[in-house]
Amino acid sequence: MAEKTKTMPNMSKWQYTKYEIRKNRQLYYMIAPFLTFFLVFTILPVLIAIYYSLMEYNVLESPKLVWFENYKTLLLDDSIFLTSIKNTFILALIIGPFGYVFSFLMAWLINELPRVLRTILTVVFYAPSISGNAYVVFTQLFSGDPYGFVNSHLMNWGFISEPVLWLKNADYMMAVVILVSLWMSLGVGFLSFIAGLQGVDRAQYEAGEIDGIRNRWQELWYITLPNMKPQLMFGAVMSITGSLSVADVTVALCGFPSTNYAAHTIINHLNDYGIIRLEMGYACSIAVLLFFLMLWLNIVIQKWIRKVGT
Amino acid sequence: MARVKKERQRSLRFAHTAFGHFLVGKHTNRSLSGSITLLVCLTVFALISLFPVVFMVSNSLKPINELFIYPPRLFVIQPTTTNFSELFSILAESLVPFLRYLFNTLFIVTLGCVGHIVLASMAAFPLAKFKFPGSETISKIIVYSLMFTSSVTAVPTYMIMSRLHLIDTYWAVIFPAFSMSLGLFLMKNFMEQVPTALIDAASIDGSSYFGMLWKIIMPAVKPAWVTLFIVCFQGLWGNSASSYIYTESRKPLAAMLANLSGSGVARTGVVAASALFMFAVPLIAFIISQSNVMETMATSGIKE
Repeated sequence: MAEKTKTMPNMSKWQYTKYEIRKNRQLYYMIAPFLTFFLVFTILPVLIAIYYSLMEYNVLESPKLVWFENYKTLLLDDSIFLTSIKNTFILALIIGPFGYVFSFLMAWLINELPRVLRTILTVVFYAPSISGNAYVVFTQLFSGDPYGFVNSHLMNWGFISEPVLWLKNADYMMAVVILVSLWMSLGVGFLSFIAGLQGVDRAQYEAGEIDGIRNRWQELWYITLPNMKPQLMFGAVMSITGSLSVADVTVALCGFPSTNYAAHTIINHLNDYGIIRLEMGYACSIAVLLFFLMLWLNIVIQKWIRKVGT
Repeated sequence: MARVKKERQRSLRFAHTAFGHFLVGKHTNRSLSGSITLLVCLTVFALISLFPVVFMVSNSLKPINELFIYPPRLFVIQPTTTNFSELFSILAESLVPFLRYLFNTLFIVTLGCVGHIVLASMAAFPLAKFKFPGSETISKIIVYSLMFTSSVTAVPTYMIMSRLHLIDTYWAVIFPAFSMSLGLFLMKNFMEQVPTALIDAASIDGSSYFGMLWKIIMPAVKPAWVTLFIVCFQGLWGNSASSYIYTESRKPLAAMLANLSGSGVARTGVVAASALFMFAVPLIAFIISQSNVMETMATSGIKE
């Protein structure tokens, strides 16, 4: 403020801002196209979701304001929603932290390998999350008939006497979904970790050796992790967001709806109401809850990670 | 004496080979047993990660009798390409020609990626290199928007699309790709490390902001736009657009191949072949561009 008043003595704060905007108008023109799309297709949907979550709206009739009725039904009367919350939490609590730590450990392990080997392993670990529906292959691996890969081998080795319906039996579905999700959890965050590790200043390790860092674990805790904070935060965002939005995998593996809703996630529930039943108001209230859950969890975890190494 | 010297030299040379370097390293504070344990862990996890992919590749090469062999085998015994030729004959005979699906996908991917790179670079440059009213707020909002996925807002997005009459057009898939916040985020972070001196020099020469972006920044941030292309490509390639595009002749390849997988046991081999195809294309794109991607990822951190 002091500086501003020094350069522009006769201007109020508002006038100064206006002046700055006019001076930089070319920059605003450059941002405008992206921002327009961003507002329309990213921000506006959030606002619309909040708006319609207070409405009863089934597309055919005009929306009717019901205030928090949707939320009340959702949290008090919709037992399937509670199942989906439970499933999503189980998935997120396992896939999130494990996938995150696992991504980091793998990145850390391949960090000191020579370049070619490192590149190959990067591709090997990153490949499952790349795209397409590579996870569909698990429907064959875990197929319920005796011809399924897992079933036939477990039977051959005598662990089970008859085929297990991995993807139909409520006892096993979640385990399979977790396994597949973990398999795919080395995504963009993993790449960020590898790149971040490569960027840590080598001199710090040498200095650490002289200062008495005795083994690689101490080195990891005292030198590597504090240096990696920005990447750790980025990876956390990716892994929290990803683990809370597991949905396609459960549909591909366990079908929709899954037996007894045993693998039903919040997004599955959202799609059920939003796309199939067209109860848009209700679907929006699910979306709003999930939106704030994701945002809240991210902000909390960010605060934790800031404390690493302090 | 000479022999001792030679031996020491050999052990030194061992330390410089790939394997030896990993086991012993240049560091003095690493235990050999620890290195071996970690290497074994790494190998095990790499094999686990690779296993389903190997299964998928091998399945696509299996003749029909091997696909239903008992007990099922991981590796193919007599590899054949019949699954692929059958896939292509099915594609050739389909009501809507295969080339049409391919065109749809290529159209969506090309326009989506190019548009995204252009818009994201234009927006990233001011945010990365200049300070003006609102710049910090916008940057913050971009970071927050990384914290939720588009699947959360799918329902209201659909409402917007239908209000804008974009349902059943390519644009319903392309427009959201334009404004992916991950792309802008990566681009902005990468641009921040371009030396400001370069920009100052250009502004003395009297370049406009567009001129600076085009002549100085864009050539300097090539790894970032390659990465944006890859990120965007991965998002759009497998997108079957099932809730947005209904007309068969406008559907992308992913939708067509997803239909195929619901068409019964007899086509198991064909489905395996198409799964491999869908998986291999973005994988190859990533492998080709991975050094650029890694360079960009080095700046991907979220700063405090």
